Amino acid sequence: MGVMKRLSGIVQAKANKALDKAENPADMLDLSYEKQQENLTKVRRALADVTTAKKRLEMQAAQLQAQAQKLQDQAKQALGQGQEDLAREALTRRGALADQLSALGTQHQQVESQQQQLETTAQRLQTQVEAFRTKKETMKATYAASQAQASIGEAVSGISESITDAGMTLQRAEDKIAQMQARSGAIDELLDTGALPDALGPAKDDIQAQLDAVGRAGQVDAELAALKSQVGAGALPAGGATTEAGATTEAGATTEAGATTEAGATTEAGATTEAGATTEAGATEAPGAAEAAKATDEGAAK
Amino acid sequence: MIVRILGEGRYDVPEGDLPAIEQLDDELVDALERDDENEFNGALIDLIGEVRHSGTLLPSDDLRPSELVVPHEGATIDEVRALLAEGPAES
Repeated sequence: MGVMKRLSGIVQAKANKALDKAENPADMLDLSYEKQQENLTKVRRALADVTTAKKRLEMQAAQLQAQAQKLQDQAKQALGQGQEDLAREALTRRGALADQLSALGTQHQQVESQQQQLETTAQRLQTQVEAFRTKKETMKATYAASQAQASIGEAVSGISESITDAGMTLQRAEDKIAQMQARSGAIDELLDTGALPDALGPAKDDIQAQLDAVGRAGQVDAELAALKSQVGAGALPAGGATTEAGATTEAGATTEAGATTEAGATTEAGATTEAGATTEAGATEAPGAAEAAKATDEGAAK
Repeated sequence: MIVRILGEGRYDVPEGDLPAIEQLDDELVDALERDDENEFNGALIDLIGEVRHSGTLLPSDDLRPSELVVPHEGATIDEVRALLAEGPAES
């Protein structure tokens, strides 16, 4: 037998079970109507739960984002102080936070789709309940007629089927909400204790974990190099670090600018290489360390 | 014939379009038996698409019951197995 026919049988059986207690068509109508109301309330409550879950995810994402930014700043600061190991540690932690953030993003999408489904279900059920209520009283008045009994049977099984379907949709949404809440709780705990977020989520297999570790190390190296070049370009105020970083990354520019300063200090011999910078340096009475650094910047920019 | 897509609604499908739908249903059964999640996903997407395409969506205030029920969009093999295990309609 096909899946569709079997599922139909199951949905019908569930639907009929809900109406077992009814002894006559009139009771069936009332009982069915009660069930519809109950279900509508449940769907609306679930919708409120989903909305709450969504807000919570958004708040957590904002918190994680802030923490990631803080770690980024700390990495910059550490590098400015010449503490490369500390900067690396901060970037590594930030990488782990980024994983959490992307997982949160996926969950946010899921919550949104649950919300949409529940909204549709609530709307549909509301219309059906209204239609059934109008029909119910007419049917009750005439239920003695055999024809009316048949149509009561049909309407009731039709509506119970819809209730069953809505109940199943609700169950799926509730399962998802429960999963989400478990994860949200774990993230909250993490944010509270400030612990590393590695322990979260389903365990990956060993190979994947190793691959991830290597990938993350590569990414950290790349980010470290990017930060170094930023620092080298004078993004940080710390003078000692600037010189040091400039010497490693922008060797050519440093030499060139150095030559210019020297030339300015003596006479105008350096006019061939860096006209603007040389003139400025030459015009100043005593080019200090700050201006030398400025010349370095300009040299690097060109 | 009225076909329900779980979590979505009911469609009135013309008799002439039933063979195509039943064939997709057979593919679904096949994928289920072979535990082939990929084939199952593909068959379910096709089946839902065919019902939506060939059928007419019934308004919510239509209270007639359906004769065939299609799993909800995005359902996994495990979810459908769990659904099928719930009822007495195994025979």
